[in-house]
Amino acid sequence: MEYKLRTPVPEGEIRRLKMGDLVYVSGIIITARDEAHLKALELHESGEQPPVDFRGVGIFHCGPIMKKVDGEWTVVAAGPTTSARMEIFQDKFIEAFRPAIIIGKGGMGDRTTKACSDYGCAYGAFTGGAALLAVKGIKRVRDVFWLEEMGMPECLWVYEVEDFGPMIVTIDSHGNNMTENVKKKILAKKEKILASMEG
Amino acid sequence: MVELEKIVEDTAVELLRIAATELHTEYVEELERAMEKTEGAVGRSQLANILENVGMARDGSRPMCQDTGVVAFMVKLGDGFPIRSGIKEILVRATRRATEEVPLRPNAVDTFKGNTRDNVGLNGYVPIVYFDLVDGDGLELVAMPKGGGSSNVAAHSMLKPGLGLKGVKQFVIESMAKAGSLGCPPYFVGVGLGGGEDLCMILAKKALLKPFKVRNPDPRVAEMEEELLEKINELGIGAMGLGEGPSALDLHIEMAARHPASLPVGVVISCWALRHAKAKITSDGRVTIDKSA
Repeated sequence: MEYKLRTPVPEGEIRRLKMGDLVYVSGIIITARDEAHLKALELHESGEQPPVDFRGVGIFHCGPIMKKVDGEWTVVAAGPTTSARMEIFQDKFIEAFRPAIIIGKGGMGDRTTKACSDYGCAYGAFTGGAALLAVKGIKRVRDVFWLEEMGMPECLWVYEVEDFGPMIVTIDSHGNNMTENVKKKILAKKEKILASMEG
Repeated sequence: MVELEKIVEDTAVELLRIAATELHTEYVEELERAMEKTEGAVGRSQLANILENVGMARDGSRPMCQDTGVVAFMVKLGDGFPIRSGIKEILVRATRRATEEVPLRPNAVDTFKGNTRDNVGLNGYVPIVYFDLVDGDGLELVAMPKGGGSSNVAAHSMLKPGLGLKGVKQFVIESMAKAGSLGCPPYFVGVGLGGGEDLCMILAKKALLKPFKVRNPDPRVAEMEEELLEKINELGIGAMGLGEGPSALDLHIEMAARHPASLPVGVVISCWALRHAKAKITSDGRVTIDKSA
């Protein structure tokens, strides 16, 4: 199935998504990588709010190339980064801020899968390296936070997007995880190959 | 002399631009063939997205991936080339300029102070420059920016020599299974064998630059390259690790002698965007850019 989501995405719409579906997002997506996740969670734990509301939006694992043209930020290239690095705190992030969809590449693990099913979130895999395809869907840079402190790849860029995608739902809110399924097959195949080399 | 310095600097900037924005035709054609052969819709869609993106990068002279990598140069410096130690500083200047002009993402981080913002940093180590001193009076430059995702899945081991070539092959297969979806497959693979704990990784990185699909002149090594490539594809990682389409497009092995008590193996992996560009500069400043893979 193919779905077009608009942020803030109601939980019911996320619950409809199934592993293998194609999705496009319109509205707001916000880039966040390792440092931004850490800082947002630290603020949350000390009872403070991050400078932007993550509820119902897309969280994009991305460190873009940005350029200022005539005083306005423009996006040069903005493909997904490896999501697995965020596995160590993505579940806490989902619990604390309730984003609708995590966008990245390479998939995530069991902790994120559980948080997706507990709190109604999904993971959309964007083709890794397809940085210009991603730019096509970004209409405007609405805001940027923590740029001075973290630098261009790590800070929070708030993008207004229209039909941003396509993304494949590889983690749905029902406990399914496509990348983990493939991983199990790879590991089984690996054992066979290693055994055949013993002979 | 000043003019020649300018030529080298401009050429290095141009090589970084070509590497970031133009995927070699040989790789593009291989990805196209792979897409034709891929039956599953998920795998096909990933390869189609890659190809569309590569076309957009070339047409618009824009970086194909936002991760324009850590910059490395492989330099072959001829005995008679008029610029000597000054080459390093020229490459640093070129890296700063390319960061602004291409543009490249600032990817050099000082672990204590944060991003250096110009892709240059710390004690003269980045950009990474590998020098070879060679005959003749020319200069050969290769720019090779490499992204973090596929660098993070590199692997290294000091195997027990008693494990032999079988152990080496098993380590490569283990490493590729571990890399799985994480480094943007389909992959290019470089294997460095021998030389010590440091050199095997450099050999593996340089192996990525060997001519596409051209096997090692030593038939025993060539056979091992073919066997490993076939077995990596049998793993079924697929495009973007979603289980459909190719897992690896090519694999090269580079060897050096080793200590009798050591069997060093390095595995350096590149994402589908194996980016590099080469130029030769004569001592009187004539530049030839070589776009073959």
